[in-house]
Amino acid sequence: MLRPVVMTLAMLVTPLAVADTFVFTAIPDEDETRLQERFQKVADYLEDELDVEVRFVPVKSYAAAVTAFRNNQVQLAWFGGLSGVQAREQVPGSQALAQGVEDARFVTYFIAHESAGLEPSDSLSDNMRDLTFTFGAKGSTSGRLMPEYFLREHFGEAPEDIFARVGFSDNHSRTVSLVASGAYQLGAVNYTAWENEVEAGNVDTDTVQVVWESPQYPDYQWTIRGDADERFGEGFTDRVRQALLDMDDPELLESFPREGFIPASNDDYTIIREIGQELDLID
Amino acid sequence: MSRSASLRVSLGFIALAMVCLAFGDFEISTHDPWQELGRIFLGLIAPDFAAVDFLGEAILRTLAFAFVGVGLGAAGGFLLALLFRHLWVRTFCAVVRAIHELFWALIFLQFFGLHPLTGVLAIAIPYAGIFAKVYAEILDESDPQPAHTLPRGTDHVSGLVYTRLAQAWPHVVSYTAYRLECGLRSSAVLGFVGMPTLGFYLESAFAQGAYGSVGALLILFYLLIGTLRWWVRPRLLPLYLIAAPFLLGTGLPIVWSNVSRFFTQDIVPAPLRNGEGLEGLIPWLGNLLVNQALPGIWNTLLLTQIALVLTGILAMALFPLISHHFTGRHGTGRLKGMLGHIVLVVMRSTPELLLAFILLQLWGPSMLPAVAALALHNGGIIAHLVGQRSNQITLRQDAPRGIDRYAYEVAPRVYGPFLALLFYRWEIIMRETAILGILGITTLGFYVDSAIQEIRFDRAMVLILITALLNIGVDILARRLRNYLRLRHSINRQSC
Repeated sequence: MLRPVVMTLAMLVTPLAVADTFVFTAIPDEDETRLQERFQKVADYLEDELDVEVRFVPVKSYAAAVTAFRNNQVQLAWFGGLSGVQAREQVPGSQALAQGVEDARFVTYFIAHESAGLEPSDSLSDNMRDLTFTFGAKGSTSGRLMPEYFLREHFGEAPEDIFARVGFSDNHSRTVSLVASGAYQLGAVNYTAWENEVEAGNVDTDTVQVVWESPQYPDYQWTIRGDADERFGEGFTDRVRQALLDMDDPELLESFPREGFIPASNDDYTIIREIGQELDLID
Repeated sequence: MSRSASLRVSLGFIALAMVCLAFGDFEISTHDPWQELGRIFLGLIAPDFAAVDFLGEAILRTLAFAFVGVGLGAAGGFLLALLFRHLWVRTFCAVVRAIHELFWALIFLQFFGLHPLTGVLAIAIPYAGIFAKVYAEILDESDPQPAHTLPRGTDHVSGLVYTRLAQAWPHVVSYTAYRLECGLRSSAVLGFVGMPTLGFYLESAFAQGAYGSVGALLILFYLLIGTLRWWVRPRLLPLYLIAAPFLLGTGLPIVWSNVSRFFTQDIVPAPLRNGEGLEGLIPWLGNLLVNQALPGIWNTLLLTQIALVLTGILAMALFPLISHHFTGRHGTGRLKGMLGHIVLVVMRSTPELLLAFILLQLWGPSMLPAVAALALHNGGIIAHLVGQRSNQITLRQDAPRGIDRYAYEVAPRVYGPFLALLFYRWEIIMRETAILGILGITTLGFYVDSAIQEIRFDRAMVLILITALLNIGVDILARRLRNYLRLRHSINRQSC
């Protein structure tokens, strides 16, 4: 009885020899297979560019991505706007390195099932009242933060008071499939994720359509911990940034999908932080 | 007197559940729920064992986490059992077992991250609390006489080992082996928060509509649990326990400074952390209580009461499946009994969370999937136990058959034990109800999950503590009811 206990403890205190592996993660905003495929390519690419071992670790929630980053179990992450702000708040010195060309002017799509009887429009409409509505993940920028902000701005009420039912789907792929099945009549979804699903033929565009496109806001970005140089050598942060900016393999970029990556800074996301505070999602 | 008292209590519970039903939120909102169900059945009928290259890993990790977690829990629980006469130990055990494995996992995830230790402790800690209580009861029941015959000066440990423990050992072993089945379920479910066990792969397979893989994973899991008694042998156990720690996988390295940060900063309420003192704390707490805790408690109670009654109805309806008074003892009866067993094994082996997850995909969001999942799983367990119980009853040769046999002969005789079992499961159903919140049903777990998603562990901890207190309260209430109805006590050991 005692022996396994001792062995377990021994195993637990032995430091694992992965200290010099550069580990990164990403918020699980879409189907896992797609994420795994996409980020394994990124890992291979970074490994070639940086001459260190690079490993991608999938996580189950947005918060888990932030926590892994904060706990220094990952040093780099592909965050959404809100999760990036949360992460950088928790890890002093960390910085946004790069964002997709599209991320500087990101939008949310509101998609509706045909049973909602909505037509595409330039503004949110009163016909949306009393429908059932789903956000994406609770910590999503394009699936939660911004749509809630725009809803409150237009209706002057909390989402629970506008809609008959409000849910959280956990990721954009699921938002699309929930609205497609009619489980929810209306949903807020990341526009690139929507386009991914349509392109992959996962959506019957006869039953689901985009009924509203939100104003633009900044979203996804690569964020690195402030102590990366200390751990991986002088100038490492700059090399990572350069590697990200130099990413030009069309197949790789298409898997995001992004045209390419451009420099980003923490200040680019001030607006996201303010809205997060306004909605009481950040202290 | 006792019969009419159980009747009154039963009717009271049913009436309460009816009232709850009126306040609850039940509907099937998906457009085509049955088509999806059909696809899942197809997956179960035609499982895709080839497509799942991770199948082996999922099963291996599920086993490893279960063995290490239950092993550590049993060791810890045994030590605690020796100190169980102290009030503080009893209180400590009551609190740790009132917190669900998944909540423990969510807590450890914050500072151990995706290290195997997170999953191991998430199982070991609540299990230690349960083991401590049951081991203490088993030791108490052993005959004190041998201890009095010991020579003077016998040391404490030898005394314990050669007298009380020697008598209690078979019971300790059989209970521990039984908990292993629970451990496997817990381990599988931990995948839902990121541990590399079955739930992890199941969730991904579901999200992508890969029902062939879902079917393969589920079938393997049922087989694993259904055949438990053949491959878990006392003589093989040490081998499993020694191998398991090496099969947990490596995860990510632990950074120890995170641990102290969690306890000294993260869980300190924000107003205190920001130096606002008590003045800031009171509105903070008030806000948390009114906007999250109270709605969470309300929904948790509502769902629990409905699920409890439905569980009872289902259990009383299904136990004849394995009762030889109804299936018959010979020939086709044996076959019928075996089929009944398979149905109940599938029902009780599927963790509530997993069932609720599946039903949510089918029926869309409301309380319905949660209630159905809780009733199916718990009903399966109680039906199994009541059925076994009914097999111990001998009926007269000329006893009536069919519905009369059920209504006048068997059901009245098993009703007392049935109620006892149901009340034992009350607390468990409530604990599960709370945790189902992480799937989006607005019970306490929903608010805990929200707080964690917002990286506000101070709020999460307060809500988890409230959940624990609620569970302890229900546990005490159930014990009072059992005493009031003079229901037998010893079947306690069967529930997990």
